[in-house]
Amino acid sequence: MTTETRIIEVRQNVLKKNDVLARALRQQFHDAGVFVVSIVSSPGSGKTMLLEKTLALLQPEFRVAALVGDLATENDAARLARSQAPVKQITTGTLCHLEAAMVRTALEGWSLRDFDFLFIENVGNLVCPSSYDLGEDMRLVLMSVTEGEDKPLKYPTIFNSADVAIITKVDLAGAVEFDRATARHNILAVRPGMTILEVSAKSGAGMDAFLHFLRVRRAAGDAHAVSIGSAPALASTD
Amino acid sequence: MHELSIAMSIVEIAEEESARRGGLQVTAVHLRLGLLAGVVRDALLSSYELASAGTRVAGSTLVVEEVPGVVYCSACKVPRAARAPDSFCCPECGAIASKIVGGKELEVVSLEISE
Repeated sequence: MTTETRIIEVRQNVLKKNDVLARALRQQFHDAGVFVVSIVSSPGSGKTMLLEKTLALLQPEFRVAALVGDLATENDAARLARSQAPVKQITTGTLCHLEAAMVRTALEGWSLRDFDFLFIENVGNLVCPSSYDLGEDMRLVLMSVTEGEDKPLKYPTIFNSADVAIITKVDLAGAVEFDRATARHNILAVRPGMTILEVSAKSGAGMDAFLHFLRVRRAAGDAHAVSIGSAPALASTD
Repeated sequence: MHELSIAMSIVEIAEEESARRGGLQVTAVHLRLGLLAGVVRDALLSSYELASAGTRVAGSTLVVEEVPGVVYCSACKVPRAARAPDSFCCPECGAIASKIVGGKELEVVSLEISE
């Protein structure tokens, strides 16, 4: 008996299911008038601290909410809930990133029309979240001054998938001899034209500019997809 | 390490396609993988074995075609091959390229079936 081999064409994006779901979410967010910002970074670079301060500072003016992803514990949700904003924890178990389906499930029971801003804090990980579109309007990648200026060169894909880079913990820049020019050069080398902001959520340095940036981007209804496909490069704020 | 999730999606696509065509036996799955897709080939290959075990496509081989990264250099005004995933500088003039035009592919291209 002879067997013959035949090739059949498929041509399907592996992440199609996630992408389709993310597009549907993005449309829902848009229809409800909520501006969605996701945050990615390595563990410990200050996502929760920045978010905690941001929720508190935006609240007098805007209705804000947050989803926060972690492998385990509800510690971050408890921290963020101190701001009185609605917060939900997504525990991913052993999964190293959030996917669009998890965001959709977590949103059940919330009316999106009740919010002006929704923040999604991804699992601390500079590798895996880069491939998954969550339907966000804007993706922030955080990098703290304590991590080393070459972080963007080591993890180019995540920087490239994000729209804006935020350098955090700038109050520690002197103590760790942070080389600002090199860090900025490295960010731009992997994501040409990227907007870069610098903040210290702890001291408050740069927070006004960061909040202003969020307001402006929300007002602009900056609803084009994150650059998982091929979003246009953004202008630098330099 | 999200290669296992990716491998499971690939298995799912292959299984669906096989079922749609009346349960053809899949011997290989051909995948295009871009240099800038954020997926590690070797990790994906070992994950595939795990993900396909016990499924309709168990025993099939994952064949990965790697696709280079391509950036558009606005100084030279031409697309250029990116040297590495950590550099979007133009390999000719050194300017930071303004746009990525290729290398994010993660696509099941075809299935090899035996009959």
